[in-house]
Amino acid sequence: MDPQIFTAILHATIIAGTPLIIVALGLLVSEKSGVLNLGAEGMMAVGAVTGFAVTYHTGNPLLGSLAAMFAGALLSLIFAFLSITLLANQVATGLALAIFGVGLSAFAGKPYESETLTPVEPVRIPFISDIPLFGEALFNQQLIVYISWALFLGVLWFLYKTRKGLILRSVGESPTVAHAIGYSVVRYRYVAVFFGGAMAGLGGAFLSIFHTPLWSEGMIAGRGWIALALVVFATWRPFRVLMGAYLFGGVMIAQMFLQGSGLEVDLPSELLAALPYLATIVVLVIISRNPLSIRLHSPASLGKPYRPDS
Amino acid sequence: MMLKFEKRPVASQAMRYLSPLLSMVLTLACGFIMFALLGKDPIKSFEIFFINPLKTSYGVSELFLKAIPLILIATGLSIGFRANVWNIGAEGQFILGAIAATGVALHFDDHPRILLLTEMAIAGMLGGMVWAAITAFLKTRFNANEILVSLMLVYVAQYLADWFVHGPWKDPDGFGFPQTVIFSENAILPTFFEGLRVNISLLGALLFLVIAYFFIFKSFTGFKILVSGYSKAAARYAGFSINGSVWIGLLAGGAMAGIAGMSEVSGPANQLTAHISNGYGFAAIIVAYVGRLHPVGIFFSGLLMALLYLGGEQAQFYLNLPSSIGQIFQGMLLFFLLGFDILVQYRIRYTGFMRKEA
Repeated sequence: MDPQIFTAILHATIIAGTPLIIVALGLLVSEKSGVLNLGAEGMMAVGAVTGFAVTYHTGNPLLGSLAAMFAGALLSLIFAFLSITLLANQVATGLALAIFGVGLSAFAGKPYESETLTPVEPVRIPFISDIPLFGEALFNQQLIVYISWALFLGVLWFLYKTRKGLILRSVGESPTVAHAIGYSVVRYRYVAVFFGGAMAGLGGAFLSIFHTPLWSEGMIAGRGWIALALVVFATWRPFRVLMGAYLFGGVMIAQMFLQGSGLEVDLPSELLAALPYLATIVVLVIISRNPLSIRLHSPASLGKPYRPDS
Repeated sequence: MMLKFEKRPVASQAMRYLSPLLSMVLTLACGFIMFALLGKDPIKSFEIFFINPLKTSYGVSELFLKAIPLILIATGLSIGFRANVWNIGAEGQFILGAIAATGVALHFDDHPRILLLTEMAIAGMLGGMVWAAITAFLKTRFNANEILVSLMLVYVAQYLADWFVHGPWKDPDGFGFPQTVIFSENAILPTFFEGLRVNISLLGALLFLVIAYFFIFKSFTGFKILVSGYSKAAARYAGFSINGSVWIGLLAGGAMAGIAGMSEVSGPANQLTAHISNGYGFAAIIVAYVGRLHPVGIFFSGLLMALLYLGGEQAQFYLNLPSSIGQIFQGMLLFFLLGFDILVQYRIRYTGFMRKEA
């Protein structure tokens, strides 16, 4: 393969994987606390449209990203209030959030349909971006790609190296025990869901501000759901989220692979477009085949409402 | 202020039925505020949104027409939800039903009308069932999460439909639009009245509601499904097959969604297009929930949700608002319902002001 094509494909894979990393890490933290928020798709969509609108009016992509995080987090609070405070079924509430968020984004985004933003210049890291083959792909990227790596390290450090992270995980494993020791299950879960919402918003903003950069209805195209599947695929471990996201990123740009490989294959474009979704199913099947591994690694109280009975 | 949720000794039946009504009222109240915030006269907007669609016989016919797929899908989903099977891919099963029925309509258009329509209905049903069976198989055999699998299959189904209408079934005289030819006369469901689009699939929807009622509440299989939905341990102890419930739950959802897809291509659409579904599969989840997974409830919530669709279209025409405002209403309705549902199991106790609990 032509080295330039290799670099281009690697570059595109990282771009495609980045929103998945950001969203899935946020979901991971919230699931570690025992809360399953299926509304990722809706929060991403609202984040994408908010980020786009703010950037469109202010010309400041950073401000747009912050607004997107805020919007995603705000939506997640609705979910948190219903599922944590009012003990509503998490699956149903998450679904409601997904439907509501997608509808809200379509509604709010109508005036911005088919508008575009000026593309944000990538940030080149001196010296290491000159490494052959990899340098250009890894170190001449959008700022937010580096942020996603920092986020990965941050989540890893928080969950496994800090006291608060330990408490969060124990809340997810056994809320009754955590409560008995004197930790506020409700507070930890709220914060974890809030963080998940903010990350979903940021992931959406990455798509509409840095990636495409435009807003169109349905542009999230199931990435929120894929991120949810990614967390299962990663069996709730951050490093696997990172790797899985790039794997999915690679599948998403399958078209580029085919062109780059120079093979003469005549596949319908619809099949290529459906590949990420088929890949998600295949991966879910492979990983779920072993129920023991899932049970071992999934937070024990995942999806179950908790109410202190005092 | 001390407000406290206190567990009721027995679940409140009154609240179970009151909570959808309360949610409706609150949704309307929020809608009122929303219209005002958007700078529209709320009262006039309400009239356009909720009353206008019902003013003419054409409007009422459209209401029922929109409600048909919602009721059909929600009926099937309610069986799955009762078994605690989260089939959220009805949208995909709907599309597959539409594709299968279209295949029959295009290739057997020389069959007599009743035969052809029956064949299409069966094909649609099977199409939806096959799509749901993938999820059921992967769930029961490999333990793959049915929520994610069925949802991923929605996207795959969408691309499959895209491929059909861009490729082998594309209308050669369609000016490049992604759609099939208009179906022959024989492949179109008969309507009740001249000039009104509501067709006999309404009777089909009602029939399936009745069947679902007897299946859920009067049959042994329905009982087994209820038990495994409430408690897997209890079902296992009684010797009921959990996997059997998963299969029945998903196949029922797939069959109903598939037949809804058939009634759409054979009814209002008269052809297969790339955008055949219009979000019915997702809206039907809300219909099933707001209808308390009960056939009678589903009938009314289906009509309500159809009204939200029509209201959205009216808002687009007369208020210059995107029709997705209907979706916002749908989402809000489910939010409120889920919130109020705590009052079924709990009651609110006012425990005095700033008083320390003993």
